[in-house]
Amino acid sequence: MATSLNLRVNGRARRIRVDDPQMPLLYALRDDLGLKGPHFGCGLAQCGACTVHVAGEAVRSCRFPVADAANKPVTTLEGLSTGKKLHPLQQAFIAEQAVQCGYCINGMIMQAAALLAKHRRPSDAAIKQALAGNLCRCGTHVRIVRAVKRAAAMG
Amino acid sequence: MLQTRISRRHVLKGSGALVVSFAIAPSLANAQAKPPMAKTVAVDQVDGFIAIDAKGAVTLYSGKVDLGTGVRTALAQIAAEELSVPFERVDVVQGDTALTPDQGITWGSLTIQAGGMQVRQACATARAALIEMAAKRLGAPKDALAIKDGRIAAKGGKAVSYGQLIGGKRFDLKVDAKAPVKSPASYTIVGKSVPRTDIPAKVIGTFTYMQDFRLPGMLQARVVRPPAMKAELVSFDDADAKKIPGYVATVRKGNFLAAVARGEWAAIRAAGAIKAKWSDWAGLPDAAKLWDHVRATKAVKDEVFQKVGDTDAAMKTGAKTLSAVYDFAIHTHGSIGPSCAVAEFKAGKLTVWTASQATHLLRKQLAKMLDLTPEDVRCIYIEGSGCYGRNGHEDAAADAALIAKELGKPVRVQWSRADEHGWDPKGPPTLLEHKAALDDKGNVAAWESLVYIPDRPKGFEVTLVAAELSGLPKDSAFPGNIHQSLAIPYSFPNVKATARWLSETPFKPSWIRTPGRMQNTYANECFIDELAAAAGVDPLEFRRRNLKDPRGLELLERLTKLAEWKPKSAAAPAAGDVAKGRGVSYIKYELVRTYVGVVADVTVDRKSGKIKVERFFVAHDCGQIINPDGLKNQIEGNVVQTVSRTLMEELKFSRSAVTSLDWESYPILTFPDVPDVVIDLIDRPNERPWGAGEPAAAVVPSAIANAVFDAVGVRLRSVPFTPEKVLAALKKG
Repeated sequence: MATSLNLRVNGRARRIRVDDPQMPLLYALRDDLGLKGPHFGCGLAQCGACTVHVAGEAVRSCRFPVADAANKPVTTLEGLSTGKKLHPLQQAFIAEQAVQCGYCINGMIMQAAALLAKHRRPSDAAIKQALAGNLCRCGTHVRIVRAVKRAAAMG
Repeated sequence: MLQTRISRRHVLKGSGALVVSFAIAPSLANAQAKPPMAKTVAVDQVDGFIAIDAKGAVTLYSGKVDLGTGVRTALAQIAAEELSVPFERVDVVQGDTALTPDQGITWGSLTIQAGGMQVRQACATARAALIEMAAKRLGAPKDALAIKDGRIAAKGGKAVSYGQLIGGKRFDLKVDAKAPVKSPASYTIVGKSVPRTDIPAKVIGTFTYMQDFRLPGMLQARVVRPPAMKAELVSFDDADAKKIPGYVATVRKGNFLAAVARGEWAAIRAAGAIKAKWSDWAGLPDAAKLWDHVRATKAVKDEVFQKVGDTDAAMKTGAKTLSAVYDFAIHTHGSIGPSCAVAEFKAGKLTVWTASQATHLLRKQLAKMLDLTPEDVRCIYIEGSGCYGRNGHEDAAADAALIAKELGKPVRVQWSRADEHGWDPKGPPTLLEHKAALDDKGNVAAWESLVYIPDRPKGFEVTLVAAELSGLPKDSAFPGNIHQSLAIPYSFPNVKATARWLSETPFKPSWIRTPGRMQNTYANECFIDELAAAAGVDPLEFRRRNLKDPRGLELLERLTKLAEWKPKSAAAPAAGDVAKGRGVSYIKYELVRTYVGVVADVTVDRKSGKIKVERFFVAHDCGQIINPDGLKNQIEGNVVQTVSRTLMEELKFSRSAVTSLDWESYPILTFPDVPDVVIDLIDRPNERPWGAGEPAAAVVPSAIANAVFDAVGVRLRSVPFTPEKVLAALKKG
C-alpha cells in the first residue's frame, strides 16, 4: 500500500510516494529525487559511501528507513554548500586533489562535515578516528586527511 | 561528456562559483543517447584519435579509460601539449566502441606508456598537417611560422586558427610514426600538475558515475545468485515476488535467475522474495589445505623465463644453501561501488553503458554470448567506482544485456555487495619456492625460483558470469603475463626462474593490480633479504652490490637519502613489547621499465601480533612525468592499497562458495592504520614515459616483511601478515 511522505532535502520540501516505509532513505534520494551525491556501496552500513545528514547527524542512508527521515532536514553532498560558494571541505578536497575514483568521497566529506561542525580544529588522530568507518579502496586516505585539515584551517 | 566539458572550463577559472554552472549542464543520458556521428575508430588514423571543431575545440577519443586514476587529465595534457592548444580546449571521450579506437584493455600500467604515446604521435601528425595547411593558406614558408594556442602565425602578423584550417573536417591522414614531436624543453603543459578535470564534479555530487546513469523507461534488476557457485537451478517460486508493488518480471535462463522491477528497492525486495531451489555443489578445495591443493594441481608445463649459467651445478658447490616457500592469498578487487551496468536492446542492436576497462573486448564477448555480430553491439564507457583490474563490471554488463534482450526494455543491473565479493573473478592463490646458494664470501652463487600459477591464456577474456550461469556461449579465459617480474634484476652468476603453469585454480582467475608481478616480487625481494642477512650484509648494500644498471643504482642512492637509511649488517631485534623495524625493496618493473625502491618503517606488537606500517619512503622513476601530482596520487594509492592487501586481505570460502561476502568478513585497511607516504619523484623529461599504476605496489609486501624481520627477527612468508601468523612466527622464533 503506497503512502506519501514529506521529506525536506537540501532545504526543499519534497513529497514522495513509497510502497515500503522501511525502504532505505538512499533509494528515495537517488531514485525518487535523482540525487547523485550519496552512493550505494554495501547496503550494510559498513562503508559509508551513502552518508547523508539527517537533522545534522551523519547517517548511513543505505540502512536508514525513509519513514524515519520524514519531516526532518536531510542534507546531501549536493546541498552542503549554501549559495554559490562551495563548502570549505569541497574547496579543500579540490585544492588537495583528494580524490582517486571518488566514489567514497561523498561519505568522506559528509562524515568530515559532521566532525568539523562539532570540532573546529581536530587533530590528525581525531580526523582518522572520525573517518575510521569510511572505506576507501583506492588509497586516497593520506590526501583526505590533508584536505580535512585544510578545511578546518579555512573554517 | 558535455557535463565534464562544462565543469572543466568553469573550474579552471577558480573553484568558487561552481554550483550554478553545473546546474545547467544537460544530463549525460541525453548527451550520449544520440546516435554516433560517422567517425573512424582506426588506431592508425589521426581521425581515430582527434577531431577539431570550427571554434578550435579539440575532442580526444581515447580507447584507454580513466578508472579513477586521473589519466583523462594526463591524456588531455599530452594532446594539448603536442597540438599546442590550451589545456582547457581539449575534451576527452573515452572507451566508446563506436567512437574511440581500440587501444587495448586499460591495464598493465600502459595507459600513458602505450596509449598516451599513440595520442602523442597522432597529435604530432595532426600538428605537422596543420602547419602544412597554414603555410599554403598564409603563403609563408613552414619554418617561418609560429604556433601558439591553436593559431599559426606568419611573420608580419597574418595568422590562421586550427578551426579555420580543419574545423569540422577530417584529417584523412595515417598516424605518422616519424612526425616530429615537440622537444620536452619546450613543454608548458606536460610535466605540470594540472588539476584533474573530474574532481570538482565529484566533490559536489554532480558527477555521473556508472552507478548514477539512468535511461528513460529503464527497469531495475537484481540477479538471484546460487548459494553454491556451480549449483543447478532446480525450480523457483516467484509468487511472493509478484505481490511486491513495482514487480515486472522474473527472468530465467538456465541457472541465471533475476528479478526485474520498476524501482531499485522493489527489485531488491522481489529478488529476495523468490524462493529458488538449487542443487548441491561442493567443488571448491578445502580452504585449510589450499597450498597443498595448489601444489598438487596438475601442471600443464614448466617454463623457464630466466636462465643464466648452471644453477644445478652451482647449488652443489655452494658453501651455504637456503630455501624458502612463500604464499600469497586469494584477493578480491573490492571496489567500493559494486559493479553496475545499463543495457538497451532495440531493433536487433544492443547498447551497453559500462564501467568496463575493456569495452572493445566486452563488445565481442557480449556479441558471442547473445549470438549477435560485434557490429550490432555498442559499449559506452562511463566511469564507475575504482577499478584495479578485471572485476565485476563486465559481468554486470552481461547480466544487463541478457535481461534487456529477454525483455526488450532498457535494464539497469546493480550488483549487491555480496555479488561483488562473491562473484567477481579473483586474484589467484600463488605459491612460490625459492632456493639459493651462497659462496664462502657471502656472494650468491646460484638462485632458483619456481612459481605455481594458473595456465596462460589464448586470449585475455575472463568468461562472463551470465554466460556461465545461463549456458550461453562463452570463451575460456585466464589472466595473462603473471610470470612477469619473476626474473630478477640482479647479476648472479647462475639463475633459473621457472613458472609452473597449472591446469586449474579454485576461482575464475583475474588480474588485480600488479597481477603476478606483486606475488613474484614479494617472494624475490623477501628472499634476497634473507640472503643478505645470511651473508651478514646490509640489505640495501646487498642489492646495490648485485646491480649493474646505473639507473637502478641512482634510484637506490636517492632512496638511501630519502629514507636516511643507515646500514646494518644484521637484524638487531629491539627489546620491549613494541619493536620498530625498517625494510627495503626494489624493482625494475618486468625488467624493462619503471624503477621503484621503497623503505617501510613498521612497528610490531609482540603481544598482539599486530603490525603497523608507519611510513613508506618511495623513490620512483617512470621516465618522463606527465603530471607529477597525479603520479604521486597513484603512488600513494599503490602503497596504501597494497598495505591493506598485505596485512589483512584473504578471501574466505567454503567447499561451495565464497564466504567473505562483506567488509566484515573481508576487512580492508582503515584510516587509523594508514601509513604516511613520502615520495621522491625522479623526473626524466627526455626519456619516454613509463607506467605508474602498478610498479609501486609490487614492492610493498616484501618491504613490510623485511621490516618485520628487522624489528623482531622472524620471516613472514605468507600473505596476509595477520596477527595470528605473526604470533605463530614469534613463538617458533
